[in-house]
Amino acid sequence: MKTIGLAHGNGGEENGRLIEELFYRHFQNEILQQAEDAAVIEEGKLAFTTDSFTVTPLFFRGGDIGKLSICGTCNDLAMMGAKPKYLTCAVIIEEGFELSELEKIVLSMKSELEKNGAVIVSGDTKVVPKGSVDRIFINTTGIGEIRYRGISSNRISQSDLIIVSDTIGRHGASIFLEREGMEFSTALESDCRSLWPVVEKLIEAKIEIKAMRDATRGGVAAVLNEWARQSDICIEVQEEKVPISREVKGVCELLGFEPFTLANEGTFLIAVEPKDAPKTLEVLRSMEASSMAEIIGEVTAGYPQKVLLKTPYGTSRFLELPSGELLPRIC
Amino acid sequence: MGSLALKDLYEGFRDPKTIRALVKRIGIEAEKLERDIHIMEVCGGHTHSIVKYGLHQLMPQNIHFIHGPGCPVCVLPKERIDHAYRLAMQRDVILVTLGDMIKVPGSKGSLQDARAKGADVRYLYSPLDTLKIAKENPDKKIIFFAIGFETTTPMSAALIQHVIDEGIENILFHINHISVPEPMKVLLDAKRSKIDAFIGPSHVSVISGANIYEEFPNDYHTPVVVCGFEPVDILEGLLMLLKQFNEKRCELEIEYTRSVTPEGNLVAQKLMDRFFEKRTHFRWRGIGDIAQSALQLREEFAYLDAERIYSDLLPNREIDDHKQCICGEILMGAAKPVECRLFGNACTPSSPLGSCMVSSEGACAAYYRYGNMR
Repeated sequence: MKTIGLAHGNGGEENGRLIEELFYRHFQNEILQQAEDAAVIEEGKLAFTTDSFTVTPLFFRGGDIGKLSICGTCNDLAMMGAKPKYLTCAVIIEEGFELSELEKIVLSMKSELEKNGAVIVSGDTKVVPKGSVDRIFINTTGIGEIRYRGISSNRISQSDLIIVSDTIGRHGASIFLEREGMEFSTALESDCRSLWPVVEKLIEAKIEIKAMRDATRGGVAAVLNEWARQSDICIEVQEEKVPISREVKGVCELLGFEPFTLANEGTFLIAVEPKDAPKTLEVLRSMEASSMAEIIGEVTAGYPQKVLLKTPYGTSRFLELPSGELLPRIC
Repeated sequence: MGSLALKDLYEGFRDPKTIRALVKRIGIEAEKLERDIHIMEVCGGHTHSIVKYGLHQLMPQNIHFIHGPGCPVCVLPKERIDHAYRLAMQRDVILVTLGDMIKVPGSKGSLQDARAKGADVRYLYSPLDTLKIAKENPDKKIIFFAIGFETTTPMSAALIQHVIDEGIENILFHINHISVPEPMKVLLDAKRSKIDAFIGPSHVSVISGANIYEEFPNDYHTPVVVCGFEPVDILEGLLMLLKQFNEKRCELEIEYTRSVTPEGNLVAQKLMDRFFEKRTHFRWRGIGDIAQSALQLREEFAYLDAERIYSDLLPNREIDDHKQCICGEILMGAAKPVECRLFGNACTPSSPLGSCMVSSEGACAAYYRYGNMR
């Protein structure tokens, strides 16, 4: 008997296979098959997306499930060049959940909506018996108005440059430590934040954005691999250029994780032509949310549909999609 | 632990300039060699580092790596993984183990699958965390499924000590601790073996000392350098080995002098010896039966031994790998992962058929994950 395992939701290999072999197969249509962060509908005027949120702990360093539920959906819209406008919010709450905690979550959603200039226009509340869900699940669905057309993971081409907006892996690393109750005396916190203000600046600066995607589950490795596959290109990444904070490096060292596969909630990748790269960096670095932006790689004809990680001492390896569950190694 | 201290542990050992300088010196030594040299890195941690940092791509044509059997979950035969699965599926049991074990499939599935079917399976960072779980779940039996080489054995021994000292009644042990030198001998004795030298795992020697490898240069005429796991460590160790060949020496040397001594940690050794004795035989996945290569609880601690207590439940019929699997050959250095017909097709890290694909430290998994760029 085949069952769903935790790996089916990891944003990596198993997750991708489940989506393709089950959901895409049965729901098949042209819009869905674009496999973008948000669906582009109504002749390119609107972006439309949905996301469900479950996180332990509910309140974490750098955010909480409320903030996350707004950032997640709004960022998916922003990544398609869309200004987040209208959201719906559905919550499934476990019996016994504290009202004061719920209010904290709602207030945090409100504050994040303001940063995006978006509003919740419809909602649903379900309460289920104890044990039916893990405390609270939130779904948000959003519509955004597309302000910049043509962003797509399918049209990145040779010699384009790949830029990352900030240091990578902070959400994944900090949530992991908190969930496992590991005491670290570090400043490490989730990068959870809204990206529309940054994207708006990029659009205003008239940068030609070829592709843009926030590196959530599956991390930078997942986005780069999806791009390589969807655009049929090779992406060569200079390992030493990738900004990684000392704290994330430390966690990876200790537990045997790869920073490239750790989740982010407010860090994104953008592909631009070389002529636009300096301006893109300038705009990104002018904003606090993307002050550590770096050019990390370029598109080549080397190994189609593969991501190559190159070291400063002349070796290279393929950066694969993450697979399985995030588990620490013993030695 | 502060991140600053952690960084100090590895930063200098990945320095590109140092790496390039060492590679150059290895090249100079390699030119003087009279024949091709095959070096086995015994430990999966070394395999992981070599492939992750691409060190094999930097080697001269006449230097070859053979990826050894030093990955404790890779070499665990399926029937023992089934033990873990069976124990986990018991209603009153919480099975705790180290993270590497969770994904490894036995004949019925992995512990991950058991968990999806309702079993309570948890992974630990430190075996001592078991104490907390036991206190929080007084009505459950906590079974610690112990895996690993000499590196992790003292942690299991420390947990046993606590269980006895504190009179805890709901913790049991399933012991799968194995030893490094015995399979090295078996691999050297194998007819098809090409091994000329060993890179010895340093963490094992932090505990057991470097002297456990003394017989290799003495009796087998095969030099050993005990090495750290960072790229600079491994390259430094290689250089030491090549110099031995060029200077016609055959010795046991220590590269990882920052933690390894000839004798090792005597306190840890004493603790291990108190609770464990050698099994007469233990089956290694991909290699076969190796005498005196694993540990079990001593008779006087049988009351803590899940393997004895649940013996009716635990199957012992040997389960072999897929017929086309060539893990045995790979471990002897007679083949590379990419030469296997199953590699990357029927056998992948998410559904491994053979031992070397099982954990990220196995040779096949490392090749699959980081690509065979050479």
